[in-house]
Amino acid sequence: MVSQERIKELELFSKEIRKKTLLEIATLGIGHVGGSMSIVEVIACLYGDALRVDPNNPSWEYRDRFILSKGHAGPAMYAALALRGFFPQDELLTLNKPGTSLPSHTDHNKTPGVDMTTGSLGQGISSAVGIALACKLKNLDNYTYCLVGDGECDEGQVWEALMFAANYNLDKFILFVDKNARQLDGFTDECISLGDLKGKIEEFGFDVVELQDGHDIASICNAINHAKSVKDKPSAIILNTVKAKGVPAASRVANNHNMVLSMADYEEACAYLDSQSA
Amino acid sequence: MKQILAKNNDVEEIEMRQVYAQTLKQLFETNEKVIALDADLLFASGMRKNWALYPDRVIECGIAEANMFGVAAGLSKEGMIPFVHTFSSFASRRALDQLYMSCAYSQLNVKVLGSDPGISSALNGGTHAGNEDIGFLRPIPGITIVEPTDSTMFQWVLNEVVDKYGIFYIRMFRMKAVKIYEEGSSFELGKAVKLREGKDLTIITSGLQVAESLKAADSLAEEGISARVLDMFTIKPIDEDSIVQAAEETGAIVTAENHNIIGGLGSAVAEVLGEKCPTPLERIGINELFGEVGPVDYLRSRFELTQKDIVNKAKAVLARK
Repeated sequence: MVSQERIKELELFSKEIRKKTLLEIATLGIGHVGGSMSIVEVIACLYGDALRVDPNNPSWEYRDRFILSKGHAGPAMYAALALRGFFPQDELLTLNKPGTSLPSHTDHNKTPGVDMTTGSLGQGISSAVGIALACKLKNLDNYTYCLVGDGECDEGQVWEALMFAANYNLDKFILFVDKNARQLDGFTDECISLGDLKGKIEEFGFDVVELQDGHDIASICNAINHAKSVKDKPSAIILNTVKAKGVPAASRVANNHNMVLSMADYEEACAYLDSQSA
Repeated sequence: MKQILAKNNDVEEIEMRQVYAQTLKQLFETNEKVIALDADLLFASGMRKNWALYPDRVIECGIAEANMFGVAAGLSKEGMIPFVHTFSSFASRRALDQLYMSCAYSQLNVKVLGSDPGISSALNGGTHAGNEDIGFLRPIPGITIVEPTDSTMFQWVLNEVVDKYGIFYIRMFRMKAVKIYEEGSSFELGKAVKLREGKDLTIITSGLQVAESLKAADSLAEEGISARVLDMFTIKPIDEDSIVQAAEETGAIVTAENHNIIGGLGSAVAEVLGEKCPTPLERIGINELFGEVGPVDYLRSRFELTQKDIVNKAKAVLARK
């Protein structure tokens, strides 16, 4: 069980990640606010606790791997990587600028700490199960984590990857589903409803845990610890989250998937976040 | 590099897919990083026995080509050398975005075997015919596209690409080839092989059309027409020098490919000629038609890929000189 002290540290880390992510996007003026915000807490738990990585050696063979299959949420991952020391924090201000090392969608050739290039939805998870398989064949005892969006689960390839992971008993593969209930065109239930996502993933051979509050640090940490203990089958953790959580400006737009964000919006969010944890 | 040209262009004993299986087996034994993937076509590719012998080296991905290319990307990221097989149609159409984004755009190291190209899809017909695979893949930055002619070259190609980093698309037919090169021949990627010298025109060809082109050259010779024949087995990067030399020295080009005339070898040659040495060109290839079922010989006639068709195009291009 994770300690109260640790939970507090990770909540602070989450706030830092959220603020830095919004600063990245506000500096540019526009970005994938919604889907970056919904994953902040799981990113904090990974980079603040669960992931065994070395910021000075991003290619450390024995590290845990993390693949952000919903690559457009790159800004949140970049914030965590910078705060962990993978690259200087002032690089965060170059998000999507010409020649940047921080493109909109995560790219392993551009950013230290990124394990795979993603962007075309449904593909990162396949690369991730390939990486997990390779680690298993190499007899490494590391974990391979992957994060997909719920909208992303419309892609048939996601289900191909799930079948593959179960068939190859990739029990060190841990999948997060960011179930923020929205995709670009609206609520997922308005577009293509996923139905009983937990039941479906279980039927595909995974041990599945669903967290009602995908922003609750203690729940996330405990779920990761449970997943790590599961033998002979891969694990999934479904996080019920809020798209654009923590951003008052998001409530003023029709669609927060990819939205304009001004420096004033950023400062407003910072003030709001500070007032929440006071 | 040295090529020993076969004295007799007879049909080989060994099937090309057996060459794939045998060479991969040797690679499994000598290179621990080599790993093979397939999407429920292990029987078709000749790899079924290897799967039983090396269960950790042959990864069955099931009928899920998109995921297979992603898995290959992941394996490559971890330092392995994946050889991915599926039909040329699936490699270039079905899983194009996966090959493009997960493998090529991500700058990974993946060797793709696309089998049953063009007319070699035979009884599987038009749905399974990779008639435009080179066209779909050629624009991908950095990709190398190779179309081995016979068993000797195929074995050489497989061994050559193992230690070269990047995305390689190897267009393989599974049946027996016509022998063009004797064992012991070696080649250079990106360099065409001059199979025949000639001064009146040049036939630039690859794959199944090499044998037809040689017969066409023989036929033309009987009529006093001297045709150079180039085996342009590396379609990308194409051997620009040999194309320009052929254009300058012979003044007329015919391309002959087991592929749509749009996007493949003919188009690649046209691009070079247009920019470097404008020269009359005629293309032999599948022209505005989808594939269909039939034995290979029937399809060769149906799509006007026979030696007679090549001879006719040769005469047509000569008339434009």
